Amino acid sequence: MKNNKQLITIPFWRDNRIIPILLQMLFVIIVFSAGFYFFSNAIAGLDRIGIKLGFSFLKNPASFSIGESLIEYSPSDSYGRAIVVGILNTIKVSIIGIFFASILGTFIGIARISNNWLAKQFASLYIEIIRNTPLLVQIFIWYFAVFLELPKVKESIKLPGGIYLSNRGTAIPWFEANPSLYLWIIFFIIGILLAIISWKVKLKAQISSGKRKYPLFWSIGSFFLALIVAFFVTRQAPVNIVYPTLGKFNFQGGYIITPEFSAILVGLVLYTATYIGEIVRGGILSVSKGQIEAAKALGLKNSTTLRLVIFPQAIRVIIPPVTSQYLNLAKNSSLAVAIGYPDLVSVGGTVLNQTGRAVEMITVMILVYLAMSLFTSFIMNMFNKHTQLVER
Amino acid sequence: MQTENKINPQMEMAPPAANIGVRGWLKENLFSSWINTLVTIIFATIIYFIVKGILTWIIYSADWQVVSSNFRLFFVGQYPLEQLWRIWLSLTIVTLLFGFTAGIWKGTVWKLTIFLSIVFLLITLLPFIPLSAKLWLVINIISLYLGYFFINKLPKNKVITVVGWFLSFPIILILINGFNLLAPVSTNLWGGLLLTILIAVVAIVVSFPLGVLLALGRISKLPVIRWFSIAYIELIRGIPLITVLFMAQLMVPLFLSEGIEINNVIRVMIGATMFSAAYVAENVRGGLQSINRGQFEAAKALGLNSVYTMAFIILPQALRAVIPAIVGQFIAMFKDTSLVAIVGLIDLLGIAKTIVANPDFLGKQMEVFLFIALIYWIFSYSMSFASRKLEESLGVGERY
Repeated sequence: MKNNKQLITIPFWRDNRIIPILLQMLFVIIVFSAGFYFFSNAIAGLDRIGIKLGFSFLKNPASFSIGESLIEYSPSDSYGRAIVVGILNTIKVSIIGIFFASILGTFIGIARISNNWLAKQFASLYIEIIRNTPLLVQIFIWYFAVFLELPKVKESIKLPGGIYLSNRGTAIPWFEANPSLYLWIIFFIIGILLAIISWKVKLKAQISSGKRKYPLFWSIGSFFLALIVAFFVTRQAPVNIVYPTLGKFNFQGGYIITPEFSAILVGLVLYTATYIGEIVRGGILSVSKGQIEAAKALGLKNSTTLRLVIFPQAIRVIIPPVTSQYLNLAKNSSLAVAIGYPDLVSVGGTVLNQTGRAVEMITVMILVYLAMSLFTSFIMNMFNKHTQLVER
Repeated sequence: MQTENKINPQMEMAPPAANIGVRGWLKENLFSSWINTLVTIIFATIIYFIVKGILTWIIYSADWQVVSSNFRLFFVGQYPLEQLWRIWLSLTIVTLLFGFTAGIWKGTVWKLTIFLSIVFLLITLLPFIPLSAKLWLVINIISLYLGYFFINKLPKNKVITVVGWFLSFPIILILINGFNLLAPVSTNLWGGLLLTILIAVVAIVVSFPLGVLLALGRISKLPVIRWFSIAYIELIRGIPLITVLFMAQLMVPLFLSEGIEINNVIRVMIGATMFSAAYVAENVRGGLQSINRGQFEAAKALGLNSVYTMAFIILPQALRAVIPAIVGQFIAMFKDTSLVAIVGLIDLLGIAKTIVANPDFLGKQMEVFLFIALIYWIFSYSMSFASRKLEESLGVGERY
């Protein structure tokens, strides 16, 4: 490696081109030998208890039941299917949680900067309380001290709208599709297309003619027109609403939200909303005052200022940190294992305990969570690119 | 509003009664427009129901006996009663050092000192506290103020304080564990708040240098080291802490050769440290990136090599900039230690779970969990308060 053309040859331990290479080689050797040491120990240890690394066990029957599942599942299904149930449950609680946390967080953020003293104080107090206690403790409070302490099914609390609260879960009215649903969906899509087209046409006409053409009115009108036509064609609503009724042991009909799901959802939403609230607040405050004054000077209404001036600028600041909050929510949903909501970690833990396949199961968990983070970042990056400032 | 063209100074009128005083304040802050009034009414209703619910619960159904009869368990778990003096002594060391710190830096630390002494005093006044504990608490209050008033009389007070904090860590570990110098107390007897704090402190203290190394690795020019750091940081940040703890509990024993055993408290500490290091690394990287290029160039111009540049020019500035973020990380770690209850340790939350499971205290979940939530809250809130003040006094936000 020495450079012969150079008059003074420097010893290799002082050569700036060689030291880094040597250092890195040393590093690689250390990492690999440590890895090899750990791995060979693991193989030897597993050998002693008669387990060979590999994922073939996923085909064996799971023989444990799972409390709630989005797909058909019975204990005779395979471990692989049980894990899929867990993954779907994690995704379910994450998506619903993200939805509600975003709404609540936006409200909290706006309340924090509103000029209403009561709203401001309430939001600050809420943030200070929720942020400074561990999420797991909050989830425990919701599960053990709230949802499980509700009255028994027989004495369940009835809320308006046919909702029943009991320690077996919250029974809510649910929809049941009837045959006309497909026709309704077709008309619904037509309605949305009509709405978009009429909006664009009328807006263009308004801009070119300079006269009011009421694009919003037209687009909403055409959407509802499509729905009215659908109703006259099918002569019934797209879905029937089924109300829960008290059966012998539990509620029949409707949809029952389990206490586990309620607790993890409420905990995640309330906790994540505080962080989203602070981000929203920061985002709105980041829009400089001059922008708002300029919009006012141009004669824009308050709502238009908010929609066309403040929001597009605030969203740029908001999206990147909110993405990481969404990811945090998805990761925190793993706390469900503590209260027995069958998410990925919980189901994975059961499989692990039954089979003793620690290495494989933890690998599966890590891969699924990494895939979820990558996917969420990918979606949010696309959205981010869409809203970012186009620089000259 | 009417404006007068000519203002006679003698005729100047007081502002209308509706714009000043209580009425003016109400009008401006709660009822300035109809939307505002609506918001006020909505929030007042929500607050009314929440406060009513809480008050009804506290007055009619809450029973705090479950807390008072398990008070010691919450703080030190199953730590043997006859060895309890070691915990008290450790606490006294901390309070003395805290007093030193308050004496030197005053300000926020002094406020926290007052707060701490009030908390100690309140606990002392609780009727169910045994006499020996009261005595120790009084000693702790005294040591707080003793430290505060006497540190400035000593020479080299800052050196003493900083060295004291560094030495306190191993000394307290020796006190608590024993390590054959004292009667050993096995780690499975550690519990409650003591265990929570120990895991959090160990995780953050050990993960800090690791995190700095990882951050340096991530911005390093050596590709192998850079990619290793990136892979490590992104892998850990992509997965939940609970999987890392599972890994520590289930895979670490597998990875060690036969005969070597690490008990589960240490394993959890390893897991928490590995987890925390990735986050610390990202914080530190933020600090490194905030350093002006000119600083690197100036160091190069002075002929410093890259190690010296990092050690003496860049890191001191970068670390100073990220102190608040590191404190935030510490708070997060402190809260996250509650997860060790899932893998079977009896930290503060684990103790709460066992107490709730005790048939003697059936149906007292709310009291128990609210009590530990309060303990977590007091710690986290005072740390975030201190961090906010620190941020102000460092002027981090203004400088960069």
